[in-house]
Amino acid sequence: MTVIPSIKRDYLSKLAEQGKRADGRKFDEYRKIEIETGVVSKAEGSARVKIGNTQVLVGIKMDVGEPYPDSPESGVLTTAAELVPLASPDFEAGPPDADSIELARVVDRGVRESGVVDLEKLCIEPEKVWIIFIDIHILDHDGNLFDAASLASLAALFTAKIPAKRFELGEKDYPLPLKDPPISCTSVKYNGVVVLDPSLDEDQIAEARLTVATDKSGDIRAMQKGLSGSFTKEEIKKVIKASIDNGEEIRKILDRSIGK
Amino acid sequence: MKSDIKLIDSHGKRLDGRKPDELRKIKIEAGVLHRADGSCYLEWGGNKVLAAVYGPREAIPKHTQNPLKAIVNARYNMAAFSVEDRKRPGPDRRSREISKVISEALEKIVLTEKFPRAAIDVNIEVLDAEAGTRCAGLTAAGVALADAGIPMRDIPVACAAGKIDGQVVLDLGKEEDNFGDADLPVAISPRTGEILLLQMDGHLTLKEFDKALDMATNGCNIVSDLQKKAIMDKYKSVLEVE
Repeated sequence: MTVIPSIKRDYLSKLAEQGKRADGRKFDEYRKIEIETGVVSKAEGSARVKIGNTQVLVGIKMDVGEPYPDSPESGVLTTAAELVPLASPDFEAGPPDADSIELARVVDRGVRESGVVDLEKLCIEPEKVWIIFIDIHILDHDGNLFDAASLASLAALFTAKIPAKRFELGEKDYPLPLKDPPISCTSVKYNGVVVLDPSLDEDQIAEARLTVATDKSGDIRAMQKGLSGSFTKEEIKKVIKASIDNGEEIRKILDRSIGK
Repeated sequence: MKSDIKLIDSHGKRLDGRKPDELRKIKIEAGVLHRADGSCYLEWGGNKVLAAVYGPREAIPKHTQNPLKAIVNARYNMAAFSVEDRKRPGPDRRSREISKVISEALEKIVLTEKFPRAAIDVNIEVLDAEAGTRCAGLTAAGVALADAGIPMRDIPVACAAGKIDGQVVLDLGKEEDNFGDADLPVAISPRTGEILLLQMDGHLTLKEFDKALDMATNGCNIVSDLQKKAIMDKYKSVLEVE
């Protein structure tokens, strides 16, 4: 660890011992969330999500193409994340690195495995299906990119319209076939405390990270543990509980932004 | 590319109802990103562009450093969802060229000799594209540089002129760019009128070129006022808070 992160680490650890966080939040308190949809007119669907100072923009593009050989009757979903150097002095231009691949894959799993998009309904005819591209663009990095990216992806999906007219496959564009989404909540651990919705400094000194996606009925739909530290069983249970509680609040914000 | 589309109607109005010497609607906001040293969000017609400046900071890798002055690295990037058919993420030949000409235009205006061995990184992200993104990008970069407090001789600004249906017009829109006869993006230093960037494709006579260049320069001057207003607006509110 270089000098500045270790100073931050000491500072945040000392605060944590007094039960405090640098920005005055409680350990299980989320930052303010703002969602704005339909921000990119060229995209089939788009959303900008702010969590505190973190800003993420997601755009959905669609195309007609061939399905995967092992699932000839389902549409295709691909997720890509770009950590563009605009968002942070530490991001570099170039091909996606491990961090952006992990970010894209965690978001992808949250959307795919929980069956938010009914891919089977995206089959147009044998060997011809809709392809959905979810492109995640990080604009301003102030921690907790996982939650911001998944929330923006959901908001963009829920406001997207299949461009049937442009591909001459129908008279009118229509919404994607979607089900109730799971909501992701991320916590990190440092110096023995677990905090929800890490800020950038907390992200940088974190020893372990856990993202939990929970659905409307409070069941777990996807999880990802990251970094080299470890969690105890009790900590994991606490994280899941916090994720369910906050997930409910976030779901309300999401529903409001997509006009539900 | 020729087509039957009529770009100017019998009343001299263009497809989007503009007069020949009228700009699209422009909105500029300075200081929109938290992490960057300076930033700008700009809407120009259907274009939406973000620019962020980092630096001056140590140039990495080391062999890119210049012992006498700073280097200016502009990076123009289009979001995958910014165009009709999804663009593959990452730089292609077009965006590399645009990055290069914008870097060179900015290098002329920044007081690079004040920061030997440093790099000033200017990141331009095109979020929504509709003809004239390089002008929008350079204009946003100018505001972001000012917002970052980078010493400059002037605030650079860009605007395009072109020719449609045989007539010289200001600031081409989407169809005008696709089906028009010529496009001439120009960046200037508004204080001195020096030309920092100039590209052209299509077909212009000498006379038409003169007219188009004058028109583009006038456009630049109008946009320049908007840039200054955006910067004033940001710092005015800071002053009031304090």
